[in-house]
Amino acid sequence: MSEAQRFKDHHREARVFLSRVITTSVIMAALVAVLVARYYSLQVTHHQDYATRSDRNRVHVQPVPPTRGLIYDRNGELLADNRPSYTLSVIRERVNDMTATVELLRELVDIPQSDLEKFYDQLQQWRRPFEAIPLRYRLTEEEIARLAVNEYRLEGVEVNAQLVRHYPKSDLFAHVLGYVGRISQADLARFDEDQYQRYSGTHSIGKTGLESEYEAQLLGEVGSQNVETNARGRVLRVLDRTDPKPGEDLQLHLDSRLQATAVSALDDYRGAVVALDVKTGGVLAAVSMPSFDPNLFVTGISFRDYRSLNQSLDLPLFNRFLQGQYPPGSTTKPVVGLAGLHHEVVDREHTIRDPGWYRLPGDDRLYRDWKRTGHGPKVDLEQAVVESCDVYYYDLGHRMGVDSIHEFGVQFGLGSRTEVDIPSERSGIWPSREWKRNQRGLPWFPGDNLNLAIGQGYALATPMQLAQMTATMASRGRRLRPQMVAKVGGQERPVIEEAQMEVAEEDWDYIINAMVGVMHGERGTARRSAYGADYKIAGKTGTAQVVAIPQGEEYDSEALEERQRDHALFVGFAPADDPQIAVAVIVENGESGSGVAAPVARKVFDAYLRGIYPLADPVLGARTP
Amino acid sequence: MSHQDFLRRLPEAGQGLRRRDRLQQRLHLDFTLLLLLLAVAAYGLVVLYSANGQSMSGIQRQGAYFLVALVAMFVTAQVPPHLLRRLAPWMYGGGVLLLVLVLVLGIGAMGAQRWLGIGGFRFQPSEVMKLATPIMVSAYLGQRLLPPRLKHVLLTLILVAVPALLIVRQPDLGTSLLVASSGLVVLFFAGLSWRYIVTAFVAVLASIWPLWKFGMHEYQRQRVLTLFNPEQDSLGAGWNIIQSKTAIGSGGYSGKGWLQGTQSQLDFLPEGHTDFIIAVLGEEFGLMGVLLLLGLYVLIIARGLLIALRAQDSFSRLLAASITFTFFVYMFVNVGMVSGLLPVVGVPLPLVSQGGTAIVTLMAGFGILMSIATERRRVTRQE
Repeated sequence: MSEAQRFKDHHREARVFLSRVITTSVIMAALVAVLVARYYSLQVTHHQDYATRSDRNRVHVQPVPPTRGLIYDRNGELLADNRPSYTLSVIRERVNDMTATVELLRELVDIPQSDLEKFYDQLQQWRRPFEAIPLRYRLTEEEIARLAVNEYRLEGVEVNAQLVRHYPKSDLFAHVLGYVGRISQADLARFDEDQYQRYSGTHSIGKTGLESEYEAQLLGEVGSQNVETNARGRVLRVLDRTDPKPGEDLQLHLDSRLQATAVSALDDYRGAVVALDVKTGGVLAAVSMPSFDPNLFVTGISFRDYRSLNQSLDLPLFNRFLQGQYPPGSTTKPVVGLAGLHHEVVDREHTIRDPGWYRLPGDDRLYRDWKRTGHGPKVDLEQAVVESCDVYYYDLGHRMGVDSIHEFGVQFGLGSRTEVDIPSERSGIWPSREWKRNQRGLPWFPGDNLNLAIGQGYALATPMQLAQMTATMASRGRRLRPQMVAKVGGQERPVIEEAQMEVAEEDWDYIINAMVGVMHGERGTARRSAYGADYKIAGKTGTAQVVAIPQGEEYDSEALEERQRDHALFVGFAPADDPQIAVAVIVENGESGSGVAAPVARKVFDAYLRGIYPLADPVLGARTP
Repeated sequence: MSHQDFLRRLPEAGQGLRRRDRLQQRLHLDFTLLLLLLAVAAYGLVVLYSANGQSMSGIQRQGAYFLVALVAMFVTAQVPPHLLRRLAPWMYGGGVLLLVLVLVLGIGAMGAQRWLGIGGFRFQPSEVMKLATPIMVSAYLGQRLLPPRLKHVLLTLILVAVPALLIVRQPDLGTSLLVASSGLVVLFFAGLSWRYIVTAFVAVLASIWPLWKFGMHEYQRQRVLTLFNPEQDSLGAGWNIIQSKTAIGSGGYSGKGWLQGTQSQLDFLPEGHTDFIIAVLGEEFGLMGVLLLLGLYVLIIARGLLIALRAQDSFSRLLAASITFTFFVYMFVNVGMVSGLLPVVGVPLPLVSQGGTAIVTLMAGFGILMSIATERRRVTRQE
């Protein structure tokens, strides 16, 4: 026992100790009261705030993208459907080190540079929090397996099955259907609040063609589901769900067999074919060759593929039937002839002498006929159409003047868009005095009348316009708006009549009869193409100069580069006495309307009217450059 | 008179013992305290089952730890206080030596060196100091005249500072603070004059600003700021705090129900089974559940203080009070920290948080309390 302890005052120590214990107890009681107050504040006073926050924590609203509407041809064949595809995507908010994660993913699966760039682009822009950003589409089974094995290392990485647009007919309908592509920054920029909402969860949007034109109907309405997630974003269960409304299906007027027929008839030529249903204006075929595989675009085309398409001299991406503006050449002669009859500039008996050239009064310049020796001393309108006599039309154009020609052509739809239901149509040119003054700053010269009368000079038309013009001729002045889509979501679209011309029946008879002569007459320019047909065709060939031939020089196709040769054109309808189908064909650098373009039309007529399809299975695929 | 005489004079000594008391005495247990401890532990297991994702194996492991802890408690309860007092310098010295060893050749984990490996076992010497430090300080002051004189105060401060600083170096701020407070509080119970207390308090307050301004690097300041304002770093250190407050707050008055806590069941609480387990309790059992737990804790503390007041000598008194107070600090820091009242330092919720060593140390401490509680009667019986 130590010295100090001997003198301890135990009572005093106990008293001091007691007082300290009491002090401590008071302090501890106060601190426990603080704790109780704190928990009371959290759990009672602010309970509602935290309850809300807790719900927000665990419940995420997920958009459920609708299924995109399908596209069928007139016979119910699928032209655009949706196929499941596995997509690798990343949830930005769940990833700690994006660089490391992407690096690891690149070790596991092949990610093209272009996909990577798009991914980083999307990473930059604002997205709904916790929304998955796609990094790689179309994973193979093996890649999915490799990702699954490494799942534990891939926080915030998901593999999702998605429906992705697929075009089973590949390049056959590329220019008609267009394609869907990933929603780009430019797309997002023009979205309004409502659209932003509608596209949440959807990764693609119609970029061109029908996919773009009918985007609103095809898209459908987004659904949503409340999902309970854990802190790592894994969905544990679905709490409730509003089903999306699938997009509406489209049924086209187009017939995929007819389309394939037209493509195979064009052979290896570049060109366009449009076939219209005369009674409804429905587009039965719309071909622009060469074409491309729209499937390449769906999940983002690779840079190499795009460059090869974009830099090809054959312009596979160019929609020739809608955007190609060609001089219509002689294909407009029936229209101009009808104008002459209607305005009584000429009558059925009127003839001219064709020495192979025409000269305006008081002008030295010679306007040549395509036939150097001319068509003879007595050429009437019918012969002028059948043999495509230029000199007759020079004379008719000179005497009629631009105003009547223009006004008549306009009624056939020339010089303005047909308003067919796919975007980016060009209007072509059907010139007038006013047009020339506005566009060229020049007055209308008498020589312009001559060029216009034979469909040259300023005149330009798209194959779609030529088809509409031909169908209008076939139905005797009833101009219908061409339409690709017959039914939207089962609902039939009405026939749209743009105009009904008031022209005497005899004049129609005369001109149509002349067009029949083109096909079936002894001297008809396209008689070889009508050979053996058990129905009557009315048609007109044409040739469009690509390079202006300098005055007085010979036209020598051998000397010209292949791409500078004349375009071959043909328009026609059949059967002549009860027209059902009207066709316009342009073969670029095909040189001869009768030799190259008309046979294409004949195959289309045979297919449509007689059910003669050269191809059993119209799926192509080899034509993509 | 010797303190043996003093004891003999106590009026109730050795008289009228009931059967229950005789049993308690023979086993050196305090049934009241034991019952309260078992209640908290059982409550803890119920909460832990939920926090652990309803895994039975976690419960079994924790139950096993608790059994080991009960054994440790039973063993320490058999050690008479005077023996403990004599062993104090050896325990303290050995503990400090181990702490130095830890710093020299300890096993590192997560940027900290806290463990020693002995034959495949991992052993954390700072746990020993949680008991060794207050025992040493109590033994030292208990032999002096109280209240302590300045010389003894200064020596006590050194006794406390050595282990505290060694533990800070590991670094383990939470344990260091607990060890320091367990030692310093002995000074307070020993009757340290209020003058010293106020002086020390003022000195600490006065040194804060210069230390902040000149004694710290910018990143250290930032770290301290984050400590006090976790919301600032909402995805890092603040995440736990935001989530635990959300869990507690959304529990409301009566809770979401057992196993129904969305915050905890859906992994929003990263440490729901260890330091943040009271958030799980708060979410699933609500304010009622929290109050029940706090009530049990308060009863344990009250019982501890009662034992301290009844203790027979200065050493026992001081030690019992220190162990009880340290238990309170544990509880207060954890419950305050999880609710965002205090900065987050790694302190488990006593007897509830998952983890073996902390529970063993705690129960060993309660064993000492029980030894102190039954000591007087044993002395009496020896007559």
